[in-house]
Amino acid sequence: MKNVKRVDIIFGAYTQEKYKVLEQALKKSSDQIISEVIESGLKGRGGAGFPTGLKWKYTAQEKELVKYVVCNADEGEPGTFKDREILTRVPRKVFSGMAMCGKAIGAKKGYLYLRGEYLYMLPELMEELELFHNSVKEFNFDFKIEIAMGSGAYICGEESALFESIEGKRGEPRNKPPYPTVSGVFGKPTVINNVETFVNTMMIMRLGVDEFKKLGTSDSRGSKLFSVSGDTPIAGIYEIELGMSLQDFVDEFGDGDTKAVQVGGASGFCVPRKKFKDTIIGFEGVPTGGSMMLFNSSRSMYNVLKNYVEFFEEESCGQCTPCRVGCQQLKKGIEAVKKGEKSAAYLVTLQKLADTMKISSKCGLGQSVANSFSSIVDNFKEEMIY
Amino acid sequence: MPEIKELVKGLADKHGRGRESLIPILQGIIAEERYISDAAMSEVAVELDMSAALVYGTATFYSFLDTEPRGKYVIRICKTITCDMKGKKQIVKTLEDLLKIKVGETTKDNKFTLLETNCLGWCHKGPAMLINSIPYDTLDVNKVTEIIMDYIRK
Repeated sequence: MKNVKRVDIIFGAYTQEKYKVLEQALKKSSDQIISEVIESGLKGRGGAGFPTGLKWKYTAQEKELVKYVVCNADEGEPGTFKDREILTRVPRKVFSGMAMCGKAIGAKKGYLYLRGEYLYMLPELMEELELFHNSVKEFNFDFKIEIAMGSGAYICGEESALFESIEGKRGEPRNKPPYPTVSGVFGKPTVINNVETFVNTMMIMRLGVDEFKKLGTSDSRGSKLFSVSGDTPIAGIYEIELGMSLQDFVDEFGDGDTKAVQVGGASGFCVPRKKFKDTIIGFEGVPTGGSMMLFNSSRSMYNVLKNYVEFFEEESCGQCTPCRVGCQQLKKGIEAVKKGEKSAAYLVTLQKLADTMKISSKCGLGQSVANSFSSIVDNFKEEMIY
Repeated sequence: MPEIKELVKGLADKHGRGRESLIPILQGIIAEERYISDAAMSEVAVELDMSAALVYGTATFYSFLDTEPRGKYVIRICKTITCDMKGKKQIVKTLEDLLKIKVGETTKDNKFTLLETNCLGWCHKGPAMLINSIPYDTLDVNKVTEIIMDYIRK
């Protein structure tokens, strides 16, 4: 039996009539759309995994007249490239999902925040957007989408930093609460979802809740796009049902010599070979926004960790001390241990620092540095020292 | 500088003069000038009726909103681990040899600036780089040489 269940829904062909699935979805009531998305069990595809339907429901309940739908296309997590592929191949499904969300929560405007690295895609997206605006007008639905461009800042993938950026400010995360459902972009109730999540909501409309629920496991409904890179003969994008073991994944994608897989990018977890069998990819195990980087035995995990720590040091917005100073000290620390200037015991001190960053940093960036740091240091201690 | 004044005014007419127009205007300056000079920042501040400090603070936050002079073609090579594993160092060396500059520098004729950047989203096709906004993937020594020679002839 094949344990990695590949499916092909997300990139499936458009309906013959333009925006047909959206037209039908818009005939449903707001409550009906929300209850179907809740019933489907869909969780956000950006990595954090918050139930999408609840997010929509909370925002719909807010009494404000102006609300927004925001699509997070600031795909900056190292090892992730699925959103680029979605926006290149099936942008119509993304715009449809945003419009349907607008109907569900009572918003008339949406923003697609596209990372600066993807500026080259703008002309084609604008073309599709024109088609979209014409179609929703035909359906007598008042909803406009604007594309806001990022300018090379990983932190803007953090939802509140992304709002700041749309507002024309430095992309510095806000304190939470209030959450976006109450006070998002321009201080108004906002649903912010990942590109893939919006496509999934349209998948639920097209297939129906029951068909959607047949995919994946009870904790992780649906299929997920995986961005596979590193030491693999078949790097690329794959749509797979959630809930497989990492061993099955490595059997399918590895090069026969895989010693570790970084699940979820630089902010995710490093899983060593001995734990492949017991690691489930999904919300019941190790969740991921889709980034899967494979490393074989020729790779130095010290180099991998150093690359990640340098990444965080550069991308930290610098607003809060634990993250700003913590990233710098982690980098200095592993370099000192490697050079022999500090003893191996110093790694424990560094892990304590990473744990402190986890509980004291303001946003997900600083909080998640410990994920890769501790999982690599714990599992590959010798490589950090010698 | 009258040209900068004209450029900023044109961008403000197009994008508006509110705070939310600031980043699109700065991006518009980059598209034309490749960097945002002090004069340009002052001009934006006047045009949008905000303090120059706000403009400076916003521009310097974003790595693609360069505030130092850049060449006509800005090359950004991905330095994230997967591109590194696929031979990014060799590509950097080739570019340095071809352009006779180091990473972070601009050629004397102001044609090329060579920079490194974080993940570009081409991890399955590394090594990758951007030249201005155009991505190039699956680079090897021959391919990157050909690409740069084309730009040199432009």
